[in-house]
Amino acid sequence: MGPFLDFNPFDNLLCILLGISFTVWFTLLLVFIIVPAIFGVSFGIRRLYMKTLLKIFEWATHRIERGAKDNNHLLYKHYSNAIIAKEPTSLEEEINEIRRRGSNRDLDSASAFEMSDIFYFCRRGVESIMDDEVTKRFSAEELESWNLLTRSNYNFQHISLRLTVLWGLGVVIRYGFLLPLRVTLAFTGVGLLVVLTSIIGFLPNGRMKNFLSEQVHLMCYRICVRALTAIITYHDSENKPKNGGICVANHTSPIDVIILASDGCYAMVGQIHGGLMGVIQKSMVKACPHIWFERSEVKDRHLVAKRLSDHVEDTTKLPILIFPEGTCINNTSVMMFKKGSFEIGSTVYPVAIKYDPRFGDAFWNSSQFGMVNYLLRMMSSWAIVCSVWYLPPMTREEGEDAVQFASRVKAAIARQGGLVDLLWDGGLKRGKVKDAFKEEQQKLYSKMLVGTQEDRSRS
Amino acid sequence: MGSRASSLLREEEIEEIKKETGFSHSQITRLYSRFTSLDKGENGTLGREDFQRIPELAINPLGDRIINAFFPEGEDQVNFRGFMRTLAHFRPIEDNEKNKDPTASEPLNSRINKLLFAFQLYDLDRDDKISRDELLQVLRMMVLRMMVGVNISDEQLGSIADRTIQEADQNGDNSISFNEFIKVLEKVDVEQKMSIRFLH
Repeated sequence: MGPFLDFNPFDNLLCILLGISFTVWFTLLLVFIIVPAIFGVSFGIRRLYMKTLLKIFEWATHRIERGAKDNNHLLYKHYSNAIIAKEPTSLEEEINEIRRRGSNRDLDSASAFEMSDIFYFCRRGVESIMDDEVTKRFSAEELESWNLLTRSNYNFQHISLRLTVLWGLGVVIRYGFLLPLRVTLAFTGVGLLVVLTSIIGFLPNGRMKNFLSEQVHLMCYRICVRALTAIITYHDSENKPKNGGICVANHTSPIDVIILASDGCYAMVGQIHGGLMGVIQKSMVKACPHIWFERSEVKDRHLVAKRLSDHVEDTTKLPILIFPEGTCINNTSVMMFKKGSFEIGSTVYPVAIKYDPRFGDAFWNSSQFGMVNYLLRMMSSWAIVCSVWYLPPMTREEGEDAVQFASRVKAAIARQGGLVDLLWDGGLKRGKVKDAFKEEQQKLYSKMLVGTQEDRSRS
Repeated sequence: MGSRASSLLREEEIEEIKKETGFSHSQITRLYSRFTSLDKGENGTLGREDFQRIPELAINPLGDRIINAFFPEGEDQVNFRGFMRTLAHFRPIEDNEKNKDPTASEPLNSRINKLLFAFQLYDLDRDDKISRDELLQVLRMMVLRMMVGVNISDEQLGSIADRTIQEADQNGDNSISFNEFIKVLEKVDVEQKMSIRFLH
């Protein structure tokens, strides 16, 4: 019995200390994070944090560059746009140019085919092997500066002792302090969402219910925003989507939804999942009408279009939030918009979202990580910093079909966000390219052959 | 995927590739990064399907032939050295290289080697001759035969092939040898048209 008696006072002390620290922890959490989330105010702590981090990153990059120079090594510099020069000449122009300059015969008897015609296709082919516009959009963007995350740097051999210590400190802070904090907040936010929306579901339909549902949604999304330490700057809020409209945005990650929904109320569209997601979806729809589809219904485009247009016609319902790319892209470009949401005929409110990759890469590479893994990575990054621009509303013009309208909206979003506007389909992440594109090139070349054949037969 | 790549390419390897292909240090590391991003299987080699995943290459009418050029006889995988060796054909010819020691071996990006690359795109069976059949095959790949309003029949392609061989063939064997190929293209600015310039 003797030795056990000695432990008791220590146990008590330990318990008291733990109790105090938990209380302090939770009070701080409540005061600095949850209460502001409820009321939508901010102390500005996150912005201060962001500025401090930037200074540290600059210092770290500087040290790496110095380290590399001292050892006479070449630093790998990343250039995000292009590594090779691509001439913008068309098929016709270039083949004609080669023929004109290189032909042994005189120009009048232009031939239908030259052996040098393949040079154009050759070069374009090898250019696309060295650097193409599509495949690099499906993996995370590379950074020029180093943000103390091992996942994003190429120049490891140039790290000095001081940097390693800093990095180690970074790991401790991120995984030991930030991650648990954020996970707690995330659970709080999601839990509150499920519980409160279920409660609101019992109220009779009416203005009170709508008002409460909006407040609850906003509050829970704001808590989630803090759970990710997302520092968001909203621009042009006068263009925020209104009821009866469709909000359209470029897609980088599932977090896009949280970012937009913490500043306004939307009706979400999507497929019903199982598990935790399914529980959240089912409780959300009790409080206000979201559009969830069963897996089988997703393929029926007619049904989807009908449900969307029914929702849009009812002006008491919230604006719909849709991501027309259909898949996550790495935030350096905007890919083809699927025309479905542009056929409905209501006002479209475009929104551009641009993440700052220096603090943490938000792109979800679904072939590389699952959702849970992705969220853990997000929560152990430094922060998610992004800008949201609400663009002026657009409607389909006379004589414009859905595809052209979609391209117009896409161009506006790409311009505002500083992203590359691509015609390629985001579905190329997983699927093969359609043969129709190859046939277009063959068609162009065939016209060249046939055109000169006709000249020949005439002369 | 950046952090994994540079640790696998050693300085000695970079030097060897530099000597063999003439690419600069930074160009080699950049192309290595590209190689690893194409290598989905992460086994240090690329197969044909890795190339076919590039949409812009998949829609190129000669895409399959170009991919073939990377794979030496009978092999299905190409490693980084082989990859660089083939890409080296498209390096621009620099002025100071033109006056190099004539006894040194031909650099991979010389005019002759660029023409050889193009020649081998036609010459599928690698018998050093472009036969009528091989020419016809390439023509078929580049052309869309059933188009609205226009028909390019096999006969038309056949006559184009015949005419081309007639004009190029000098020793009367009804096929085009490499030397005859070079003669036909002697005025073409091969150096510029078969070169890809790096921006950095």
